[in-house]
Amino acid sequence: MRGILKSMYITMSAMLRKPVTINYPSYHREVPQRDRGLPILLWDKEVDEPFCTGCHACERACPVECMTVTMKDNPLHADEKSTRRKIIDEFWIDYGRCMRCNICVEVCNFEAIAMNNTWAGHELSTFDRNDLVLDLDQLLAQHKQEKIDEWVAD
Amino acid sequence: MVQEQQIDTVDINVNMGPQHPSTHGVFRMVLTIDGERVIDVEPHIGYMHRGAEKLSETMDYRAAIGYQDRTDYLTQFMNEQAYCMAVEKLLELEVPERAEYIRVILCELNRISSHFMFLGAFGIDLGHFGTSFTYGFREREHIQDIFEETTGERMMYGYFRPGGLVWDVPDNFVQRVREVLPKSLQGLRDIDMLMTENEIVAARSRGIGIMSAEDAINWGLSGPMLRAAGVPWDLRKDKPYSIYDRFEYDVPVGRHGDVFDRYLVRIEEVRQSIRIVEQALDQLPDGPIMPEKMPRRLRGPEGEVYAAVEGARGEYGIYLVSKGGDKPYRLKMRSPSFCNLSALREMTVGNYVADAVAILGSIDIVLCCVDR
Repeated sequence: MRGILKSMYITMSAMLRKPVTINYPSYHREVPQRDRGLPILLWDKEVDEPFCTGCHACERACPVECMTVTMKDNPLHADEKSTRRKIIDEFWIDYGRCMRCNICVEVCNFEAIAMNNTWAGHELSTFDRNDLVLDLDQLLAQHKQEKIDEWVAD
Repeated sequence: MVQEQQIDTVDINVNMGPQHPSTHGVFRMVLTIDGERVIDVEPHIGYMHRGAEKLSETMDYRAAIGYQDRTDYLTQFMNEQAYCMAVEKLLELEVPERAEYIRVILCELNRISSHFMFLGAFGIDLGHFGTSFTYGFREREHIQDIFEETTGERMMYGYFRPGGLVWDVPDNFVQRVREVLPKSLQGLRDIDMLMTENEIVAARSRGIGIMSAEDAINWGLSGPMLRAAGVPWDLRKDKPYSIYDRFEYDVPVGRHGDVFDRYLVRIEEVRQSIRIVEQALDQLPDGPIMPEKMPRRLRGPEGEVYAAVEGARGEYGIYLVSKGGDKPYRLKMRSPSFCNLSALREMTVGNYVADAVAILGSIDIVLCCVDR
C-alpha cells in the first residue's frame, strides 16, 4: 500500500508541473546551430557562381550513393572573372536516399556543400517521391536567398 | 459413486507480433500455451534485416560509421565507439586524450538515455499504461538536447570517426552537461519512487523469468541481464578499454536474476553512469580531437581485430577482417540484443502468457540490433 501511495504522490506532483511538450506544427522550436538537415550547395556571392567545381569527391565518398554530379568548363573563367577552371554542370541529390551522415561536407575541398541547419532541411514531405530528387537550382536556392545560418566546424 | 470426467485438453498456438505493440519493434513469437501457461516459444526474427554487415564491406572505413548508428538505435555512441576502436586497432591510430574523454562522456550519457527508455517501456510492459513511459521520455529529452547541440542530429549521430571525433564539442558543453545531470538524477528518483516500491510492479515482476548465474553464462548473456543474475561482469571494469580505468564506479549486481532485478540493476547503472560523467567532466583536458598525422584516406593492413564495448544492453563487439585496402573484408557485429534474446525460451517456458511480455521487455531488446 505504501508503494502505491508513493506512486500517487509522484503522479500528483507531476500534475502541478508545467508541461514540457510543445505543440509542434503550430510552434517550431529553435534548432541548434549545428543541426544537420539535408545537404545543400553554397553560392559564392563574390563571383556570383556556385562554389562547387563538380570534382566528384562527395559523390565518391557518399555511403548511400545519393548524389549525381557532372562537370563543365567554366564560362566565367574564359572571361577571367573567376579563378575556377571547372564548374558544376548538373547536380542531383536524392533526399529520399540521403542518410545525413555529414561525410560529403567533410570531404569537400571547396567548402561548397553544407548541411541545411534550418527547419527547411527537415520538413520535406511530398506526395511524389520523385520530388525529393533535387536539381542544382533547388539545391542552391536556400543559400542564395540567405536562408541558412552558416556554421563552419573547427 | 461419482465418476470422474475425463477432459481432453489441447495446446493452443498463439501468435504474437510482428506488429504487437509490446514486442519492442517487429518481433514475432509463436507461443504454445496450455491453459494460461506457456509451454513453448518459437521466436521469429529477421523482419528488420538490412544487411548492415554486408553493406559495411562495400564502403571505406569512414563511410561505414553511419550503419553503426542504425543497428542499435538507442546506444548509437557505443556502437560507433566499438567500430572506431576496431578500426583504430587495425590501423594503429592513437586517439587524443580529449577525444577519449568526450567519447566517454557521450557514451555514458547515452547509457543513461537508453536506460530511461527501458524504464519507461518496462512500465508499459507491466501494464502501467504509459505513465512511466512519459516520465522516462521526459528525462531522456534533456540528454537528447545535449546530443543534438553537439552532433546536430537527434538519432543517427555519426559523430565519432576512426581516430577521434568529427568536430569539437560546443563551448558550453561542460556547463550544459552539468545542468542536465541533476535533472537526470531527479528524474531517476521520480521513476524510482513511482515503480520500485509499487506493489503492483513487484507482484508482476518478482520471481519470473529467473536466470541463474550458471545459465546466464552458458547462454552467453551480457550486460544488465548477466549482472542481474549475480555475475559482476562489466567490460569497463574487467577488460578496461578507452579510459575507463581512470574512473571510480561500482558494478551493480542482482541477487535473484528475475525481471525485477534487471530493472533494479539498470536503475543503479544510471546512478553509476552519472558518477562517471561527473568525474570525466572534472578531468576533461584541452587539446586536439584528431591525431596530428591523420591519413586522408584510411588504408588498413592485412589482419583481424576484435573490439568490444560495454553497451547499455551488453557486450557490443566488432570483428573486423582486413585484406588490405580501404574496405573491410568482413565485418561482424556481435550484438548484445541478439545473444540475450536467445535465452528467451529458457526464461519464458513455464510462466504465464502475461509474463511473457514482461520477460521480453526485461531483455530490453532493440530489434534493429537483433536483425542488423
